[in-house]
Amino acid sequence: MFEILDKRILAPNIVLMKVKAPLITKKAMPGQFIMLRVSEEGERIPLTIADYDRQEDSISIIFQEVGFTTRDLGNLEAGDYIRDFAGPLGRGSNLEGLNKVLCVGGGVGIAPLYPQIKFLGEQGSYVDVVIGARSSDYVILQDEIKNYAANTYITTDDGSLGHKGFVTDIVKELIDRGNQYDSVIAVGPLPMMKAVCDITKKYNIPTTVSMNPIMVDGTGMCGGCRVTVGGKVYYACVDGPEFDGHLVDFDEAIRRQHMYKKEEQIEHDCRIK
Amino acid sequence: MSLILDRVPVREQDPQIRKHNFNEVSFGYNLVEAIQEAKRCIQCKKPRCIDGCPVNIDIPKFIAHVSEGDIDKANEAIKETNNLPAICGRVCPQEEQCEARCILGIKGEPVAIGRLERFAADYTMDKTIQESIQIEKNGITIAVVGSGPSGLAAAADLAKLGYEVHIFEAFHEPGGVLIYGIPEFRLPKKLVKKEIEGLKKLGVKIYTNIIIGKTITIDELLEKGYKAVFIGSGAGLPKFMNIPGENLNGVYSANEYLTRINLMKAYDFPNSHTPIKKGKRVAVVGGGNVAMDAARSALRLGAEEVRIVYRRSEEEMPARLEEVHHAKEEGIIFDVLTNPVEIIGQDGWVKSLKCVRMELGEPDSSGRRTPIAIPNSDFTIDVDIVIMAIGTSPNPLIISTTEGLKTHSWGGIIVDEETGATSKDRVYAGGDAVTGAATVILAMGAGKKAAKAIHERLLYEAKEKEKYASKM
Repeated sequence: MFEILDKRILAPNIVLMKVKAPLITKKAMPGQFIMLRVSEEGERIPLTIADYDRQEDSISIIFQEVGFTTRDLGNLEAGDYIRDFAGPLGRGSNLEGLNKVLCVGGGVGIAPLYPQIKFLGEQGSYVDVVIGARSSDYVILQDEIKNYAANTYITTDDGSLGHKGFVTDIVKELIDRGNQYDSVIAVGPLPMMKAVCDITKKYNIPTTVSMNPIMVDGTGMCGGCRVTVGGKVYYACVDGPEFDGHLVDFDEAIRRQHMYKKEEQIEHDCRIK
Repeated sequence: MSLILDRVPVREQDPQIRKHNFNEVSFGYNLVEAIQEAKRCIQCKKPRCIDGCPVNIDIPKFIAHVSEGDIDKANEAIKETNNLPAICGRVCPQEEQCEARCILGIKGEPVAIGRLERFAADYTMDKTIQESIQIEKNGITIAVVGSGPSGLAAAADLAKLGYEVHIFEAFHEPGGVLIYGIPEFRLPKKLVKKEIEGLKKLGVKIYTNIIIGKTITIDELLEKGYKAVFIGSGAGLPKFMNIPGENLNGVYSANEYLTRINLMKAYDFPNSHTPIKKGKRVAVVGGGNVAMDAARSALRLGAEEVRIVYRRSEEEMPARLEEVHHAKEEGIIFDVLTNPVEIIGQDGWVKSLKCVRMELGEPDSSGRRTPIAIPNSDFTIDVDIVIMAIGTSPNPLIISTTEGLKTHSWGGIIVDEETGATSKDRVYAGGDAVTGAATVILAMGAGKKAAKAIHERLLYEAKEKEKYASKM
């Protein structure tokens, strides 16, 4: 059992939890994820690590209450326990030696991007950050990010904060303005990552994306997290979750993400009853 | 005394009923049936059955106790060498092992050793769990990685020898393949849980949610003071055929399909929160026990038509005869000498499976005849779910994070066959992580061998230390 040390509501339905997990905290690297299960009947779900604190032995997770498990998780409070919490899984991000990086985060994807921004900032890289959300209410972690970023740009769909439009508008503008980035890191909804890659491909800037496919075990056993990258099949849990965004088959990934849409609806209807 | 050539039949659930439920297929013997079957054993002077058993159970001895009606003693005799008889009695391929060597098998049917083992274990189970066994501890701690058959067997033997044993399990529940892989209708999970409870009574500690290679590495375990580590991490990444369409929605590996059903209880969705696609027409590719398990599970989830698609003929199928027989009784269709070449999709979902007919050529390195595609023989089968059950390759998490651990090119850990010792000092391994996909009992045998080797090694070390100390 893993104790929830702190819980904060960052935005409507977006929750941050700090979970006491000394062994995982000791090993965690930006880009890695954990698997958790809330209850005896619960599903195992992967969540990318949003931060780790080696002083208080805590792993931070940030999630949006969208499904069965995330809603159950959201019902827990500080002092409660998460039944199962295992990791850190996947390979850590390859951030060493990068001089100038553009980090692009969308929605709840800003959360897993944050430890990378922090790591880059701490190692002295020059980091530009573009984060986007539906509206100002949904922009998360902007103050934390500003601690490490040279420039932080915000976009909202409705224009309630920052630029009205998409993150890709700013990405294009920054590159066109002559910024020479070693690398672009994009984490967010699949269509956003795809759109960012479409731009950076044209400019030939290496771009890393973080995939979050459906998984059962997360340890290289079920094979459910198959991702096609450069025509080859990889397992996101052991080979990823980060891949070369220019080679990822996003259309396939988007389709696979919807595999249980119908079942999610059944779950939802059952709960309402 | 004349030989009784036929076995006492075992009562089973009717195929038409059982194909709609996950309850165990076989009811097992009752006391009367067991005694009657045990009496068929002629108690050979030189019993061949024992050599056929990977853990060398004294089979005539336990059967003699059953025939006398002393089931406690029978169970004790089995437990001298096998800690998990309720499991082995069910899932061991006895027809290739102990029973294959039974002298009665020459003229008639061999003694039903497996059924008798299962009976003895089940009959005494509740009793044995209640007893707490007192073992003198030697204060030495050993780490076991994985709580599947090899890990459980190694842990039990080491605990009995007085070692403090800590098992590390990556999942939230111990049992490995016994829990996530083998379905309820072949191996009730209640039994596995009871066997594990029995292990805990021996003082073994099980830590779940710890992924060795990630949460803690093998080297860190040794640094922490574990005097030896046994790796029984099991099978790993599922194999696919590398044919077009394998990433369509509706294509599963057998690992994923069975894990969703067994470990995550997806058959009880939405009460259990893990979903699974319940197809109407399901094709399972492969001919092993895992393929049979997946096919029969699909049927129990409500599929109207389930087929096994296998590229060789039925004779070459690696699945147990009993499993093939049960599958057929339940109405599974067998498309043998058939090989998939493409999974055809519509709107991203599986629509049909394109296959070619095969014929058998010359024997290959495994001794089985090589299947060869017959030109222009392709045809399609309408399906909505495809399950790939064609094996696994070893999990990379441990081998990629442990320095000095040598592996074969295909990823299996290299060990000394007699001891299970790896290329790394104090590190032993066994089970599927070493052999690739094999059986529960072979994994258990490997766990036992390693336990013995670890004990001998540590005894030797202690003696050397003593010698050195006395010279000072």
